[in-house]
Amino acid sequence: MKLKKLIAASSIVASSLVTSMTYAAETIKVGVLHSLSGTMAISETTLKDTVLMMIEEQNKAGGLLGKKLEPVVVDPASNWPLFAEKTRELLSKEKVDVIFGCWTSVSRKSVLPVVEELNGLLFYPVQYEGEESSKNVFYTGAAPNQQAIPAVDYLMNDIGAERWVLLGTDYVYPRTTNKILEAYLKAQGVAEKDIMINYTPFGHSDWQSIVADVKKFGSAGKKTAVVSTINGDANVPFYKELGNQGISAEDIPVVAFSVGEEELSGFDTSPLVGHLAAWNYFQSVETEANAEFIASWKEFIGDDKRVTNDPMEATYIGFKMWAKAVEKAGTTDVDAVEQAMIGITVPNLTGGTAVMNANHHLSKPVLIGEIQDNGQLEVVWETAGTVIGDAWSDFLPSSKNLIADWTAPVNCGNFDIKTAKCSGQNF
Amino acid sequence: MLRTFSLVITLLMSVFSASAFSDEFDSLINQLPHKKLRNITPVLTQIAEQDNDQVRFVLTEILNGDLYYLKSNKQVVSIRKQASGDYTITPVLGGDAVADQSKSAMKKIRTSNSIRSHIRGLLAQIDLSHKQTHVRLNAVKQILDDPSAESIELLKQRLAVEKDSDVTELINTAIAVNQLKEGDSQAKLAAVADLKGSLEPSVRNAMVEQLNGLNEYKLNELSETDKALKAALTKSIDSIKQKRSIYEFVENLFFGLSLGSVLLLAAIGLAITFGVMGVINMAHGEMIMLGAYTTYVIQQMFPQWIDYSLFIAIPAAFIVSGTVGILIERGVIRFLKGRPLETLLATFGISLILQQLVRSVFSPLNRTVAAPEWMSGSWQINPIFSITYNRLYIVIFALAVFFALLAFMKRSSLGLHVRAVAQNREMARALSVRSDRVDAITFGLGSGIAGIAGVVLSQLTNVGPNLGQSYIIDSFLVVVFGGVGNLWGTLVAAMSLGALNKFLEPLTGSVLATIIVLVGLVLFIQKRPKGLFPQKGRAAE
Amino acid sequence: MIPDSIQSLFSNKAFKTLGSLPVVVGCLFIATLYVSICNLAFPADSALHVSTYTVTLFGKYLCYALLALAVDLVWGYCGILSLGHGAFFALGGYAMGMYLMRQIGDRGVYGNPELPDFMVFLNWDSLPWYWAGSDSFIWMILMVLAGPGLLAYIFGSMAFRSRVSGVYLSIMTQAVTYALMLAFFRNEMGFGGNNGLTDFKDILGFSLQSDTTRVALFALTALFLALGFAVCHFIVNSKMGRVVTAIRDSENRVRFIGYKPEHYKVWIFVVSAMLAGIAGAMYVPQVGIINPGEFSPLNSIEMVVWVAIGGRGSLYGAIIGALVVSYAKTRFTAIMPEAWLYALGGLFVLVTLLLPKGIAGFVPALIEKLSHSKQTKSVSNKTTSEVK
Repeated sequence: MKLKKLIAASSIVASSLVTSMTYAAETIKVGVLHSLSGTMAISETTLKDTVLMMIEEQNKAGGLLGKKLEPVVVDPASNWPLFAEKTRELLSKEKVDVIFGCWTSVSRKSVLPVVEELNGLLFYPVQYEGEESSKNVFYTGAAPNQQAIPAVDYLMNDIGAERWVLLGTDYVYPRTTNKILEAYLKAQGVAEKDIMINYTPFGHSDWQSIVADVKKFGSAGKKTAVVSTINGDANVPFYKELGNQGISAEDIPVVAFSVGEEELSGFDTSPLVGHLAAWNYFQSVETEANAEFIASWKEFIGDDKRVTNDPMEATYIGFKMWAKAVEKAGTTDVDAVEQAMIGITVPNLTGGTAVMNANHHLSKPVLIGEIQDNGQLEVVWETAGTVIGDAWSDFLPSSKNLIADWTAPVNCGNFDIKTAKCSGQNF
Repeated sequence: MLRTFSLVITLLMSVFSASAFSDEFDSLINQLPHKKLRNITPVLTQIAEQDNDQVRFVLTEILNGDLYYLKSNKQVVSIRKQASGDYTITPVLGGDAVADQSKSAMKKIRTSNSIRSHIRGLLAQIDLSHKQTHVRLNAVKQILDDPSAESIELLKQRLAVEKDSDVTELINTAIAVNQLKEGDSQAKLAAVADLKGSLEPSVRNAMVEQLNGLNEYKLNELSETDKALKAALTKSIDSIKQKRSIYEFVENLFFGLSLGSVLLLAAIGLAITFGVMGVINMAHGEMIMLGAYTTYVIQQMFPQWIDYSLFIAIPAAFIVSGTVGILIERGVIRFLKGRPLETLLATFGISLILQQLVRSVFSPLNRTVAAPEWMSGSWQINPIFSITYNRLYIVIFALAVFFALLAFMKRSSLGLHVRAVAQNREMARALSVRSDRVDAITFGLGSGIAGIAGVVLSQLTNVGPNLGQSYIIDSFLVVVFGGVGNLWGTLVAAMSLGALNKFLEPLTGSVLATIIVLVGLVLFIQKRPKGLFPQKGRAAE
Repeated sequence: MIPDSIQSLFSNKAFKTLGSLPVVVGCLFIATLYVSICNLAFPADSALHVSTYTVTLFGKYLCYALLALAVDLVWGYCGILSLGHGAFFALGGYAMGMYLMRQIGDRGVYGNPELPDFMVFLNWDSLPWYWAGSDSFIWMILMVLAGPGLLAYIFGSMAFRSRVSGVYLSIMTQAVTYALMLAFFRNEMGFGGNNGLTDFKDILGFSLQSDTTRVALFALTALFLALGFAVCHFIVNSKMGRVVTAIRDSENRVRFIGYKPEHYKVWIFVVSAMLAGIAGAMYVPQVGIINPGEFSPLNSIEMVVWVAIGGRGSLYGAIIGALVVSYAKTRFTAIMPEAWLYALGGLFVLVTLLLPKGIAGFVPALIEKLSHSKQTKSVSNKTTSEVK
């Protein structure tokens, strides 16, 4: 019995000692919170490596504020409660100054209360459903109006689509995006019967019936387009089935919001040439900055075949912005950096500049690309300028009155312009 | 004919290569590199109007994405990838062959979906007089789906000289559809009669459109012909509907069988390790994963033989997974004899290790496994019913594996030993069966078959570290549903679960279908606690 | 040689008392007191300070320990290998989550006083019927017990009556939790879909963000664990417990003697499910999120692994197992993020191979060996006999 008590007591003492030892920091600590195991490892490992590369480059250039950057990598293992726990560990035990992390919406939702409570700083680099703006989070991925709506516009105006299939994995991002799109399409005069919505579970691998349904839906005489918010793992079997059932992009184009170069590198794309994806970045865009970024990525990872993708660019922009903001603020103090972040600009890899807006979302260009047989995406359409990320969609009845503004008089992530109220915030 | 005439012209032209006729063509081709995506379409239309034997070639090259231009002098070239990986570069407008250029020195003549479908329309008109029947057939199909007055005129001309019956029939359909849309009531009535029995979607669409048009009037407003037309349309549409629903049923059945085959392949290895040996093998999914990765490695080793890679991969995967299985049996499971539930824990640990191993070796990203040519595409039985080749082969392959395994268990002496040890270890040992060896072989066999399943799954889904996990629960359910230790049970269970799932899916959506199947399964086991085909006799207890 | 006094201290008998009620409860009490005082009384920079991070972490571990206890009760003592205990845990968690969700009131981002945020944004105009009453604390306590209990009762009475047993039962429990996972993933279910329930503000008016609440929750979890232990201890040592153990060892014989094993099995299954539900309910406010991932069959397997490592068939072993594995997971994921699965997987394999009775069975055996025990092999009868 004494043994057990001893073990318990010593482990407690040990952990408290560890806590108190990691105090005096001569370095700036950067937390990296991406799953390295479990279902999300496939996507998130790349982002971990991207952050490490950015840190290495920053250190080569002399670090920040005369200090070196030190990465703290943890593995939340695609386990959502573990994301919250690891965030707490990073913030209160490791005392990191900033966290780059999360991919899925649920992991962000899990982390959110913790970063708000401990006043941390999180950079979230993935396209998401919007409907959120936190003081402590910067969203460098696309909001729905920076991806979904331009894509639908393109299909409608340039391809002439009249019938719509909205396919998605059953979770919050596809649900929200499809809700927004449905409202948008109806506002554009598309009839109810010309919209088909279908949800599948995570990792769905048997697409025979659904693809056959799409084919039938598309054979009714009107030009049909598919808008896919299918997530991660389910995409490969979906596209394979699409190719095998002979749905070519000219008959029924599929535009996807979660399929980028990295997902495409997992299979043979020759039957899929012409299907579309909407992002803010493609590897194929020819600019000097992009060529440099691709080269240094390939060198860092030691693999000439590795590709770059949109969330990597979002991580890149987020990191550069943070570094600039720290220099501007002269400190890594969260409140100072948070204020300094707003208005910071960083050149996009695809040309133009990204601006951090007062709602903690970026202004970015929207590109639509067609899948090529080498797994790359070629731009076929792009917005004239940049599009401001909209935290709260105007097409959802629940959020059309909400705005986010983290600058002086408003200072709120969900400000109701009708009632002039800011709900549910305790800072 | 214009075309034959143009042939003569081009023959003449080839003699005078710098003839005035080709000037316009040349200038059009030279315009290509300078055009933006938005305004390339008129140029292409103009190219198609040229009388030049290169028109078809150029358009096809653009369609296939093989037309490039040199960045240096904007010369338009077509490129071909050689087996060696180099490119042969041929200038489109003649001239000296271009010296070896890296691909980065060239730029593709870019297209988009709308441009490609425009090209297809242009090509269809040219292809109507193509030598090969299937090219003509495709051309007519293209026109049928997207007709214009001009192309219908071409079809009518073609009909006079067309000899092939399939093409003639399709041309007739296309003309009749046009007649149904454009003609007067009498002509429409005739067209409906002509189109009877055709399952082409555009036929049905045209009929529905006509019927909707007629439905806008009251019955007494219609003329006699229109009334007859309305009745004929209703009847035709109904008969099409009926046929479609029959084919839909057949389609669902096939989808069910094909899902069932995948389940069968995934579960059958488990039916051996779990059903026969009683080992709750949580690492079974990882054996499947290893098989899939073996396919990937084989394809990397022999990139020139993608079409045959699966034939090498199947035995290779069997050996790799089988060997790992034997190692697991010898290294771990052997020591857990008589403690089957503890094998669950140990193999769970092993599965974690194997997953991470694959992550370390191959990276956590999915790997590309190419589909061989003969497994791509689908077998178009009629315009509304087709079977994809890969699914078809998988069904056949799964059944072949099943019967081979069955024959092995029932006919070979090793199979006899396996069954003997499973039923009564002590007695088998007393009869000089080396039970240790049999155990290792049985486990190796089960794992090896899981490896083969991995080869098949690599054709359907992601090859990544999580591949196995997504099949492990389904596999256990199939084995338990069928009755532990009964191979036939596994077959019946896999097929019926597959079919049930696919027939529910259109009604409830895929998520709810899975839930209903699971709940049904739980309830079924309450009725028959030992599955569909329970083991009988003393060994069962 | 080891001196006599120490030898007697570490003798098998002494180790058996390790599992006795007052010892476990006492240990828990002391540990809780230590953590609470060190967290609240010492300033953050003191060497004795225990951070809030550690408090919530330990709170989570204790929830797992209670869960492991529940699994051990049915597996170790009744031979029912449930691969679906995660379902009971998650149901308890959801009951608590719903209550906490309603406590947010109009402080959600949309400021709707009635509906939780995810319903507002799905355009629901009223609460679904099964959310009725979820804002009451009493109702929540009832649901934490009734939800898992009812599921266990329905499933148990069906399965045990028709004598589904062994592996069939295990796979069926897995199917149940898998089906529930898929169901809860569906947004139409009205439980927040994949995102689950999160962003909780306070419980009974106490802010969940404050250190005091956290320590209180932690202490409460410890209390529940102690109570749970006492209940289990009482059950396994009662006459009923003897019957249950007998069912584990030979169900048919028990039946022939004239008992109805299914009644006992259902009963113990329900108790275990309720314990798991309580563990889930305590887990949610400390972790801050409940989502369908908790239903995942892999989680349930992990619970079984805790028990196996700790020592199946000994209640304190289950607690130790849960603590050891969870702690290992926390440390490994931080120390070696790329390789922790090797370590964890290796641990599972080695423990099953080398410590068939888990830690709780191994340590006494080792001591016994070291001290050349004079006692004959009248050792514990609580051996883990095979489950068919």
